[in-house]
Amino acid sequence: MELVINGDKIDVPDTVETVDNLIQHFGLSEKVVIVEQNQIIVEKGSHQETKLCNGDKIELVHFVGGG
Amino acid sequence: MLKIGSYEFSSRLLLGTGKYPDFDVQKEAVDVSETEILTFSVRRMNIFDANQPNFLEKLDVGKYTLLPNTAGAKTAEEAVRIAKLAKASGLCDMIKVEVIGCQKTLLPDPLETLKASEELLKEGFTVLPYTSDDVLLAKRLEELGCHAIMPGASPIGSGQGIVNPLNLRFIIEQSTVPVIVDAGIGVPSDAAMAMELGADGVLLNTAVSGAKDPVKMAQAMKLAIEAGRLGFEAGRIPKKRYATASSPTEGMSVS
Repeated sequence: MELVINGDKIDVPDTVETVDNLIQHFGLSEKVVIVEQNQIIVEKGSHQETKLCNGDKIELVHFVGGG
Repeated sequence: MLKIGSYEFSSRLLLGTGKYPDFDVQKEAVDVSETEILTFSVRRMNIFDANQPNFLEKLDVGKYTLLPNTAGAKTAEEAVRIAKLAKASGLCDMIKVEVIGCQKTLLPDPLETLKASEELLKEGFTVLPYTSDDVLLAKRLEELGCHAIMPGASPIGSGQGIVNPLNLRFIIEQSTVPVIVDAGIGVPSDAAMAMELGADGVLLNTAVSGAKDPVKMAQAMKLAIEAGRLGFEAGRIPKKRYATASSPTEGMSVS
């Protein structure tokens, strides 16, 4: 499946079916990661049940230093 | 006590987390500053480098209230989106509304700031808008229901200190919510001055992170804010045109 993650087209294996799978795939499970799917925020509690579709626009953001 | 919405803080220093030389220095600076509120920005992750260190992971997050900003937003719509992303972290419901209208001066866009603040208040955020030192705009933001007003002392990162103390004083005098002087602080005396004017707190970043010794500057800022606050509470003497002797004028021993 091809997703657009943070603006880049990225192929992910077929085993990646949900937002939670995607986070694990990139090794981000221990991180504070905020997910947006097609401009809709996916709340933390919904990561496991939220399915991904080919072509989905995904944003994975986090907190960085700032003033 | 500094009360912002339903939060209470004993420290009146809000510290930014950008541009430190390294995490160890930053951690120590945060510790000695005794701040309880740390600002952050929301940005894309580098998903191909999951092990990239992040300052948030170095912190005992439970000890601090996180104040994410909407930096990078140029419109109210963008600011609202960033605020919602920040809240979805599940770590905070406070937001520093920052909508920049000019890339050269980094001054906030007043109309977009007002719009974004209104929207975020409706969404139930604790809203702290970064604003210019415009007195009427500060009033309008307060009337909307903002939980604190954060007028800039001078442009972000400029270190120019308080360029318009009169406006700041007007804002402080009219406000019934906390006024936090945000941006432009260069040296401890700037922070002390803000507090002496009656500000409820000071938010700064570059003055500490960009100092030759950020840890020492963090401590200096902490002390300056405490000193300024005490000075304000103590009540200054009125300024007079001419001298008044502090030693008795009677009983001089003259030969």
